Amino acid sequence: MSNVFIAFQHNEESRPVVDAILADNPNAVAVHTPGLVKIDAPNRLQIRRATIEEQTGRPYDLQQLHVNLVTLSGHIDEDDDELTLSWKH
Amino acid sequence: MSVVALERYDIPARDVRENFPAPLLYIGWDDHLMFCAPFCLPLPPDTPFGALAAAVLPGIYGEHPDFAKIDWSKVQWLKSGKPWTPDPAKSLADNGLVHKDVIRFRTPGLTGIEGSCS
Amino acid sequence: MDTRVAKKKLGLKDRYAAMTRGLGWETTYQPMDKVFPYDKYEGIKIHNWDQWQDPFRLTMDAYWKYQGEKEKKLYAVIEAFAQNNGQLGVSDARYVNALKLFIQGVTPLEYYAHRGFAHVGRQFTGEGARVAAQMQSIDELRHYQTETHAISHYNKYFNGMHHSNHWFDRVWYLSVPKSFFEDAITGGPFEFLVAVSFSFEYVLTNLLFVPFMSGAAHNGDMSTVTFGFSAQSDESRHMTLGIECIKFLLEQDPANVPIVQGWIDKWFWRGYRLLTLVAMMQDYMLPKRVMSWKEAWEMYAEDNGGALFKDLARYGIREPKGWKDACEGKDHISHQAWNTFYNYSAAAPFHTWVPTDEEMDWLSQKYPTTFDKLYRPRLEFYREQQKAGKRFYNKTLPMLCNTCQIPMVFTEPGDATKIGYRESDWRGNKHHFCSDHCKEIFDNEPEKFSQSWLPVHQIYQGQCFEPGTDPTAEGFDPLLAVLKYYQLDVGRDNFDFEGSQDQKNFAAWRGDAPQGEQQ
Repeated sequence: MSNVFIAFQHNEESRPVVDAILADNPNAVAVHTPGLVKIDAPNRLQIRRATIEEQTGRPYDLQQLHVNLVTLSGHIDEDDDELTLSWKH
Repeated sequence: MSVVALERYDIPARDVRENFPAPLLYIGWDDHLMFCAPFCLPLPPDTPFGALAAAVLPGIYGEHPDFAKIDWSKVQWLKSGKPWTPDPAKSLADNGLVHKDVIRFRTPGLTGIEGSCS
Repeated sequence: MDTRVAKKKLGLKDRYAAMTRGLGWETTYQPMDKVFPYDKYEGIKIHNWDQWQDPFRLTMDAYWKYQGEKEKKLYAVIEAFAQNNGQLGVSDARYVNALKLFIQGVTPLEYYAHRGFAHVGRQFTGEGARVAAQMQSIDELRHYQTETHAISHYNKYFNGMHHSNHWFDRVWYLSVPKSFFEDAITGGPFEFLVAVSFSFEYVLTNLLFVPFMSGAAHNGDMSTVTFGFSAQSDESRHMTLGIECIKFLLEQDPANVPIVQGWIDKWFWRGYRLLTLVAMMQDYMLPKRVMSWKEAWEMYAEDNGGALFKDLARYGIREPKGWKDACEGKDHISHQAWNTFYNYSAAAPFHTWVPTDEEMDWLSQKYPTTFDKLYRPRLEFYREQQKAGKRFYNKTLPMLCNTCQIPMVFTEPGDATKIGYRESDWRGNKHHFCSDHCKEIFDNEPEKFSQSWLPVHQIYQGQCFEPGTDPTAEGFDPLLAVLKYYQLDVGRDNFDFEGSQDQKNFAAWRGDAPQGEQQ
């Protein structure tokens, strides 16, 4: 089993996204280095728009995460409601 | 033609002998990596091989503390990585050296700065 | 009372398809093969472009919106940095030499990538791939511009940055990145994607960006950090293009597998050799160190790459041929590269120096089996020589590898005391290489690599002098003549950091005693 990961600039805009990811992915682990927060998860990681909106209390366009995204690893599946990273095999 | 392409490429190599004032010779001193890489020198083909040790190498290797200690009678030479015995009295060309040949020399017992092969 | 009814919108996937695939067509006025002349000759078979999955579905409106937001944020930071004299906040002026290496060697590659993706963005018959390439082309131009803007502030205060475009086409070590990218853009569109999108932007990208950006963060260079983060979000799109293109090619036809494997072998090795410059920067040019090259390699290549190639095994892809030798090199290449630039510091527009004792102890700790045995002794020798007024400058031109164009500084895997020599005879001429893998790259495409513009050979051919230079004139100094051709500011851009204008200026601006006096 290999890790997928996603990393964001560490700022107020990405904070609810990180919190949402950790809420939705119990095996995910967040690590902070200067300016950066990196989240690793075994095999699969799901980002849900609805969970982010629960964090912020207002509508969120999932593509907004492009502004603070730094890097990621894994195959991507994206639509309006979810972004999933996974290693299929 | 090995390269996959839409047309045929028959361009002469960029570094053929005719493009240089003299044949290129590459020279390396084994176990002396203070000099980061072997050297590349254009040398007239009629240069006596013995002139290398006397006139060329001191200028390029002389700053190394081991250089003054070299016993040239014990130096081992390699050409293209194989043991080779040049005749110092003969020219580079008469010793069989051609454009873009690579030679190396080993100085047994001399192992660079503090024995680190630098 | 009317209840408000939300207008039905297309979902993201359908929206994106309508704005990209929906805009393509089969040509009738001219045959498709004439309109798209490059997409078959490499032997890659595509049966169904509809199977191309667009991983990030940014339509043009979303693209401009988010890129615009990123630009505003970035330029606000660059402006604040300039207004606050941020250049005085770097750890010490030696750090700026990492930025010189960046603007000289990395930034021009962004421009080449811009041109390369613009070209391939016209060549595929599949609209999804064309759109993705065109967007990346714009991203890469953005990177060229933002890097230039961010570093231009430093250019007002430090040497070695003012002429990077001129140097790129001429200066000896810059032929390494230049030839890398020219090799990529002169290949076909599918090779370009495997070379750049997959091998570089996916497999190796973290090894370029993370060292520079975290190095910048640790050394007080917020401007570069901000650029880095801003670019990295574009990079994640590039990475997804890379992984998608590899999946797509491998799934379209089993005949593609060996072709793609060959390109992965070639481009992993070429990318690895290119990263030698980054390895050196990471271990030697960051006064406040982050992690060693060895650690970065283990994290981003071995762990990450390991997971990737495990995933691709189902297609019949194996790890690149050079993988083991690249891993073996992690203990050595940074030290070998620093020694190269220390040797030839008279001929490069950035400074070098002997690391401090503290820095050498860090290197001992990070490289416990190699640094003290192989590399520390010569650095300490250099320091002694410098103290005695005999700073070592190598004045004789080195032998270069015909493929990677780096001086032949690399050693045999398993024996770092022996330079690795390989050669090929082709059409009556010898060609030389640093490794089995550079040799194999030549042997597969000798017509191409026999055209390598090797700086050392070009100098000897008399191609690196200004017009009107007379090599037979009294007192002719070939090195100075080449530096004139480079338009390198002798005594300012080059030589040791000790005694440099950069060092003196920085100390004066900060009111410090110059570093040499503190030792």
